Amino acid sequence: MTTSVNNPAADKGATFFEIVWEWIRKIPPVYPIFIAVAFGVSQLNPNFATANGLMAFVRRAAPLIILAMGQLFVLASGGFDLSQGSVVTLTIIGSSLIIYNNEEYTYVAIAIMIGLGIVIGLVNGFVVAYLKVPSLIATLGMLLLVKGGGLYWTGGAPKGYLSEAYRFIGRGFFENVPVIGRFPASGIVLLVVGAILVILFHKTNLGKQILAIGDNAQAAKLSGVKVKQIRMIAFMISSVCAIIGGILLGGYGGTSYTAGGDMEMQSVSAAVIGGVLLLGGKGSVYDVAFGALTLEAMVSLLNLLGLPKPYRDAVQGLIIIAAVAYAGLRMKKRD
Amino acid sequence: MSVEVIAEGKDKRVRSNFLKKIPQVYYFLVIVLAGGLILDQFFASGNILSNPTILRNILVRSVALGIVAVGQTFVMIGASIDLSVAYTISLTSVMASLIMQGDPARVPMALGIVLLVGVAVGFINGLLVTKLNVNAFIATLGTGLIIKGVLNGMFSSGSMGSVPKGFQTLGYGSIGPVPYSIILLLAVVLIGWFILSWTKFGSHLYGVGGDILIGRLSGLRTSRVLIIAHIISSLTAVLAGLFIVSRLGAGAPWVGPDGVYDLESVATTVIGGTALSGGRGGVFGTIAGVMIFGVIDTVFNQLGVDTYLKMVIRGAIIILAVASYSVRSKREAA
Repeated sequence: MTTSVNNPAADKGATFFEIVWEWIRKIPPVYPIFIAVAFGVSQLNPNFATANGLMAFVRRAAPLIILAMGQLFVLASGGFDLSQGSVVTLTIIGSSLIIYNNEEYTYVAIAIMIGLGIVIGLVNGFVVAYLKVPSLIATLGMLLLVKGGGLYWTGGAPKGYLSEAYRFIGRGFFENVPVIGRFPASGIVLLVVGAILVILFHKTNLGKQILAIGDNAQAAKLSGVKVKQIRMIAFMISSVCAIIGGILLGGYGGTSYTAGGDMEMQSVSAAVIGGVLLLGGKGSVYDVAFGALTLEAMVSLLNLLGLPKPYRDAVQGLIIIAAVAYAGLRMKKRD
Repeated sequence: MSVEVIAEGKDKRVRSNFLKKIPQVYYFLVIVLAGGLILDQFFASGNILSNPTILRNILVRSVALGIVAVGQTFVMIGASIDLSVAYTISLTSVMASLIMQGDPARVPMALGIVLLVGVAVGFINGLLVTKLNVNAFIATLGTGLIIKGVLNGMFSSGSMGSVPKGFQTLGYGSIGPVPYSIILLLAVVLIGWFILSWTKFGSHLYGVGGDILIGRLSGLRTSRVLIIAHIISSLTAVLAGLFIVSRLGAGAPWVGPDGVYDLESVATTVIGGTALSGGRGGVFGTIAGVMIFGVIDTVFNQLGVDTYLKMVIRGAIIILAVASYSVRSKREAA
């Protein structure tokens, strides 16, 4: 019954084309945009469209994709996680301090960092859910806590080195893979994390509860959703994703205490390009992943067009405004 | 006897009403100030109280943030937000010093142009939020990025010009013991308070922020109200930029983002009791939030606290200050 209401084409014996059109209309705009941008990149840089070029692109985009997918969990519940970028920085400078070029500490460092990520996420969630501090402020405070804490811990400058094994995760390739030649290690991390997040968000109750909270927290509570616990889980997922993204980025780029930079703003932008509704209630892990890919591809495109770095910021600003404005207009039309 | 009881009850009610009118943040400010003074007495030279210059510096330090935060209060009462202020400050500082080129005769022209630019930025922000329905967080983040890109692209190197000596009196001059900068801050706060509390626009802004749908249904021009609020916010960023350039002598693209004026103005406004969801708050609360930051900075300088540790404690205080009154709220936060 409800399906026939939602899909008038089905019960009126619509023509084949109408059915196809109906289906095309439902494709989120991020996919055609991504294809257009990727096409542009491949025109300017023929290497991009080869298996090798695509794998290098995946390697570079993996950290942002993971961050954005984590950010989705918080955004969909109606909040923001502004602490992601500083968590990335903390991961990189913390790991290199723990490892200090001792190969055998690699996994110790990763375990400690993920533990730290869980703690940071739980504190964020606790402050928002139980102390009722708006997440914009709670995670802004956490941003300062984590950034200041990380820099205090390392004395203000990056110390130590990351081991080879650690760096392999973010920059290494598995060679001699059939068909595609080589596959980035970060691609495997991305696939595993992505699969877990897809299951959590789309296949379990958690995702539906997060969306319900984002849509209307009061209604969700009355219908039995444990709002506080779910919120804490959402923040925890976001922080752990930031840690994993940080591990990849540290491996890719090496030790630096500016690496996290404004990653939180980029992950929010990527999610928004992926069609996530800010203040909650709508979102999809797949679309957000492609939103992040689109953002990275756009950066490549602007690079190839020879635009100096500062102007890329300006264009990125235009793009995120346009993406949100477009989504808003589309929704208005549907209403 | 019964008359007495009634009179006493009335008296109590009057007093509690008066106490209720003081934004809660002032209790927090008093605690921070007292705590700071005690720490200073025991662990540092105890100079804060004995040296009026330090007390005055707490205020001077707060001027730029205070001015921006007043503008931020306007947009946040309207349930919007302005994250472009940091780059608007940078833009103002660079444009002002480039146009002035150290020549006092060009000051009026520079002032006119930067104020117009401020109006334009605010107008665009407002249009994006109201007419294109772009979430204010993204819209102003985006305009901030655009300004940042243009600034860094055009002025990353080369001479920035300078402001004339006369203009620097705004930053350093004073009437007797009272610096011009504090007078400027006070003027902005009082004008902000006047607009919010005594004008039609002010009450419309509270209405729009409280519930935009009800506002629209009761006949408010909600878009126009929000656009004006955004223009006010950008103009305060311009004023703050002018104050900063008057102190530095020359503009630079990094002055805004380095001061984290975007997020700090939001934080101080929320600490001051303005709700992120709009409809509540005021400039007096905001200014107390700004002073809390000023006091903390000063005390930490006296104690010689590490820069990074300062950041940690500042983060904790932002969370605790807001939590101290949000925790009793019955509404869910997001």
